[in-house]
Amino acid sequence: MSILWNNYRYLILRRFTQISLMLLYFGANAWGWTILMGNLSSSSFLGIIPLSDPYAALQMFAAGAVLSADLLIGAGIIALFYMLLGGRLFCSWVCPINIITDASAFVREFFNLDHTQKRQPSTRSMRYWVLAVSLIISFALGITAFEFVSPISMVHRGLVFGLGFAWAAMLIIFLFDLFVLKNGWCGHICPLGGFYSIIGKFSLIKVHHNAQNCTGCMDCKVVCPEKQVLFMIDKESLPVLSGECTLCARCIEVCNDNALNFSIRNLTKKQTIGENNENNE
Amino acid sequence: MKENEQNTRRDFILDMVRATGIAALGGFMWSAYVDEVTASTLLLRPPAALKEEDFLRTCIKCGLCVEACPYDTLMLATAGDNKPIGTPYFVPRDIPCYMCPDIPCVPVCPTGALDESSVTKDSILDVNTIDMGVAVIDDNSCISFWGIQCDACYRACPLLGEAIAIKYEKNDRTGKHAFLKPVVVNDVCTGCGMCEKACVTEKAAIFVLPREVAEGRAGNYYIKGWDKEDEKRLENASSIKTTTEISKRSAMDSLNDGLEDLYE
Ligand code: SF4
Ligand code: SF4
Ligand code: SF4
Ligand code: SF4
Repeated sequence: MSILWNNYRYLILRRFTQISLMLLYFGANAWGWTILMGNLSSSSFLGIIPLSDPYAALQMFAAGAVLSADLLIGAGIIALFYMLLGGRLFCSWVCPINIITDASAFVREFFNLDHTQKRQPSTRSMRYWVLAVSLIISFALGITAFEFVSPISMVHRGLVFGLGFAWAAMLIIFLFDLFVLKNGWCGHICPLGGFYSIIGKFSLIKVHHNAQNCTGCMDCKVVCPEKQVLFMIDKESLPVLSGECTLCARCIEVCNDNALNFSIRNLTKKQTIGENNENNE
Repeated sequence: MKENEQNTRRDFILDMVRATGIAALGGFMWSAYVDEVTASTLLLRPPAALKEEDFLRTCIKCGLCVEACPYDTLMLATAGDNKPIGTPYFVPRDIPCYMCPDIPCVPVCPTGALDESSVTKDSILDVNTIDMGVAVIDDNSCISFWGIQCDACYRACPLLGEAIAIKYEKNDRTGKHAFLKPVVVNDVCTGCGMCEKACVTEKAAIFVLPREVAEGRAGNYYIKGWDKEDEKRLENASSIKTTTEISKRSAMDSLNDGLEDLYE
């Protein structure tokens, strides 16, 4: 039991936050709860505080919509929250798609599909291109481009307001990640993940690697959905500074040698060196 | 060494070109798709919605309006509905808008896609000013036009006697009965759809359409000369004057042109 807790404590906590948020939204629509109304695109917390998806707000701005005060405040609160704490906290602690892509990665690992498919035919910087293209289309067509295709909102909205065919979006992502591209959606394509990677670049919570304790088992790299951020494993004691780390903490909990931990970022010289290294990778 | 450097630079440029190409290709496909899926014009939007084009870029699809409606009138379009996904709409034949006096669905909208000011009169919300569409009657299937007395829509209308009037007409077929025909007063109708819900025919003979779809436009060529208000439109009217070979001279001249030999 304690091993289970030890190796999966953050995973359990993450599923707990993901599902309870989902439940709060669902309850608002189904039973009239007022804690968290709306959905991840925009919600009202306790009926007073507006919360909005800053990336959606950015698309609205590009599309030439008049931005209301509530929207700006809401988007500001959310942007500030992730900017301070850790951008992709959203991905691994809030986003419902994460449950699907994690499941896909798990099945992939279980059946060892990576051995038949060593080469990944795509680059992880694709998400920044998708992000840029979404803003260009929003501007050109005067419409929030990603919001009309986003499987994230489709699934989340579906779970709160009625699924319709949104289950197909869930299935497509699951199969895509399973058979086409490992960590395909969250790690390569999703522009929201890209957006939060940029926002979280300078955030405070970071995973820290302590190379002295590392035995080089590389278990962390197996579970990490963004391997490239763990370049320092067994080489150098550095914090994981890349905004692409989702702060899922899977690496921390699978490490049996106490070589990975959460740390609060402090801006000392050593870390600046780390940042340079990372850029050279 | 130098050769190597050149090669990596070449590779880099080629990579960039390739990435740009893929982005452009993906971008076009994406645009085409989004353009297609947002092109639905037959939807009825919640009260106080901005005009469709602005509504589509402003609504963030949060569903707060849906949750605020006590009658479950509003729905968010989901995948498979073939409507702009995530946006709120309603189907009056299922559940019409019951025109709540406090219009709870409007003030909750965080983005202003539902515009409170458009339904505010003298700084209070006035539900009679909402404009979601306009009711249209198919006089082929409306049984009142057959001579059967009905007036279900007339009585269901929250703006009783104002948005639907009953027109009396002699029934020549029997010689001793009257038609009681419902007529929608377009400017008053709010598009709530209570008439559509109440209509007794198998498929409603009165139904709400978005105003843009249901109404024509006379344009500036025609003016009600007897109406001071309407005449004002002339002030903004623009006209285009073209001069062709024929129109250089007066119409009479050009009509009589070339007819000289007829007179002999
Ligand atoms: S580095 Fe660790 S916390 Fe970050 S994404 Fe990878 S496994 Fe998760
Ligand atoms: S006015 Fe009332 S019935 Fe009509 S859509 Fe709004 S909340 Fe629903
Ligand atoms: S409350 Fe406003 S932004 Fe939210 S779904 Fe309704 S119209 Fe759209
Ligand atoms: S939609 Fe029908 S019921 Fe509603 S105001 Fe118009 S005529 Fe009356």
